[in-house]
Amino acid sequence: MAKLTREDVLKLARLARLKLSDEEIDEYSTELTSILQYVEQLQAVDVSGLEPTNQVTGLTNVTRDDVVKDYGYAPAELLKNLPDQQDSQIKVKRMLG
Amino acid sequence: MGGQWLPIADIAAAVQAGKLKAVDLVEQSLKTIADKQEYQAIIITLDDAARARAKDIDSRIAKGERVGRLSGVPFIAKDNFLVFGADTTAASNILKGFVAPYQATAIEKLEAEGAICVAKANLDAFAHGASTENSDFFTTKNPYDKTRVPGGSSGGSAAAVALDLAPFALGTDTGGSIRQPSSFSGTVGYKPTYGLVSRSGVVAMGSSLDVIGPIAQTVEDAALVLDVMAGKDELDGTTIDRQTDYTDLSGDLKGKKIGIIKEHMADGLQPEVRTVVEAAVDKLKAAGAEIKEISVPSVDMALAVYYIICPAEVSSNLGRYDGQRFGFSDHDAQSLDDSYMSSRGIGFGKEAKRRIMIGTYVLSSGYYDAYYKKAQLVRSKIIKELHEAFEQVDFLLGPVSPTTAFKIGENADPLQMYLQDVYSVAANMAGNPAISLPAGQSNGLPVGIQIMAPQRADKELLAVGKQVEAVLV
Repeated sequence: MAKLTREDVLKLARLARLKLSDEEIDEYSTELTSILQYVEQLQAVDVSGLEPTNQVTGLTNVTRDDVVKDYGYAPAELLKNLPDQQDSQIKVKRMLG
Repeated sequence: MGGQWLPIADIAAAVQAGKLKAVDLVEQSLKTIADKQEYQAIIITLDDAARARAKDIDSRIAKGERVGRLSGVPFIAKDNFLVFGADTTAASNILKGFVAPYQATAIEKLEAEGAICVAKANLDAFAHGASTENSDFFTTKNPYDKTRVPGGSSGGSAAAVALDLAPFALGTDTGGSIRQPSSFSGTVGYKPTYGLVSRSGVVAMGSSLDVIGPIAQTVEDAALVLDVMAGKDELDGTTIDRQTDYTDLSGDLKGKKIGIIKEHMADGLQPEVRTVVEAAVDKLKAAGAEIKEISVPSVDMALAVYYIICPAEVSSNLGRYDGQRFGFSDHDAQSLDDSYMSSRGIGFGKEAKRRIMIGTYVLSSGYYDAYYKKAQLVRSKIIKELHEAFEQVDFLLGPVSPTTAFKIGENADPLQMYLQDVYSVAANMAGNPAISLPAGQSNGLPVGIQIMAPQRADKELLAVGKQVEAVLV
C-alpha cells in the first residue's frame, strides 16, 4: 500500500511547482496517502482482454488547415492580463542564477 | 420554490411580440439577485453589459427584427465560463482579476439567440468539489436550508435557479457537478453526451470527462437551452455532430424499459434518499414503464477510476497557471523558478493542490502503469458493462447522490467529500448523457433521481425526463 512520507510530498510538490508550508506537507502526506489507498482497490480488478480508454466518442485525428484565422481580437486586449510586460512581451524573472 | 419565471420559450415569445421588455427582465433578475444576496450564489453581476444588451434587443424588436429563440431571457453562467469583458475567476485566487478577452462558444450561441448573461455564479474553485466549500471566496448556501451546502461544483448555478435569480444557468459536469447540486437544490440538471456542447472558452478540468450543460426549472427549458448550444465547433476538436432537434420531447412512458442499477441501491445509500427513489420508481411503474433491476458490477469501481483519471488531467490542465502569462503572480519572487513555485503555491487553494499532486503521482514514472493505465483499463470495463446494460434496457435509473444536502463543514475529510460523486461519475467515464430530476423531498430537503442513456441518445433522454417529470410532480 502506498504511503507518502514528507519527502515524497516535497518531491511531488517540486515536480508540480507548488511551494508548500510545513503544515501543508504534513496534511498532504496523510490525505494523499488515504486517497491513494482508496484508489488501490483497482489493483484487484481483472482487465484481461481490454484496451485502455483514451477517448470515449470514437473521434480520431481531428485536424484543421494550418492557417491563421483572424478573430478580431486586439493584441492590446489580449496582453491586458499579463502580470508583467515590456514592449508587448511577457516579462519574467531571471532564469539563471 | 421557483416559479417566478415563465417557461423560457414563453418569455422569448412574449419579448419577441413586444409584450415583455428585455430591459424589465434584466432588472427583475438583478433585483432578485440583490434580494437573495445572503445565499451567496453569485460572484459578480454584469449590470452594465446586461442592461446594454437588453436595450439593444428591445430596440431591434421595436424595428421589427426577429431576435431569436431566447429573446431577452436572462441567464447566469458558472464563473468558469469566459464571458467577454467580464471577470472569470473559476472561484480561484490564482485567476482573481482575470478579464476574459474572448468568450465561450456556448455563451456566443446563447447570445446569438437573444439570451442575456446577467451574472457569474459561485463554484468550488476550478470545479473541484461537491459543495462550493472549496471556492476560494465563499460558500453558497442551500436555498432550502441556509446551514447546508447547495452541492457542487455548480452549486452557485443550481442555487441561482432554485432562488429564481434567472430562468436558467450554465454548469459544468466532470464527475457530477451539474447533477449533484441539482439534486441538492431541487432543479433539473442536464449532462449531455461528451462532446455535444463545445467547451471552447470554459476553464478546463478533466478533458476526457468535462461537459457543459444547463440547469433549469423544467426539462423543457433545459432541452431548449441544450438545443441552442449543441453541435460541432471548430474551436473544440472533441465536439460531435448534433443528432436531431432536442426540443421534440414527444412520447410516452408506457413500455419504456428502465433498469434500476442494483449497485447504486446497495449499502451506503441514505435511507431517506432510498425511500424517495423507490417511491419514484413505483410511480413510473404505475405509469406503464417496464422496470427491471440490472447489475453493472464494475460501477462500484467508477469513483476510484475517477480519482486517478481526473487528477491526472487536472495536473496537466492546471499547468498553464504559471504566474507568468495571466492571473496571480508573486512579484516578490527572485527567480523564474521561485515565481512558478510561489505563484502556484499561494494562488491555488487546498483542493487544487491536492489534485495536482495526486495527478503528478499517478502519472510519474514507476507509478504510471499501476495507477493511470490501470484506471484507463477499468474505465474500459465500466464502459463495456454499461454498453451491455443498454442492450437490455433503454435507460438506467438510480439516485444522483447518496445523501441529501449536508451541513456546511460536515464533510471536512476530502475522501468523504469525493464519495458524493459515487453514483454520478459512471456517466462521465463513458461519455453518456444523464439527467438529474427532482423526485421529492426528505425532511424539507430536495432529493433527485438520475436517469442515464446511451451516448448520443440525448433527445430520448430529455423526452423520457419530461415524461418522468410529469409523473413525479
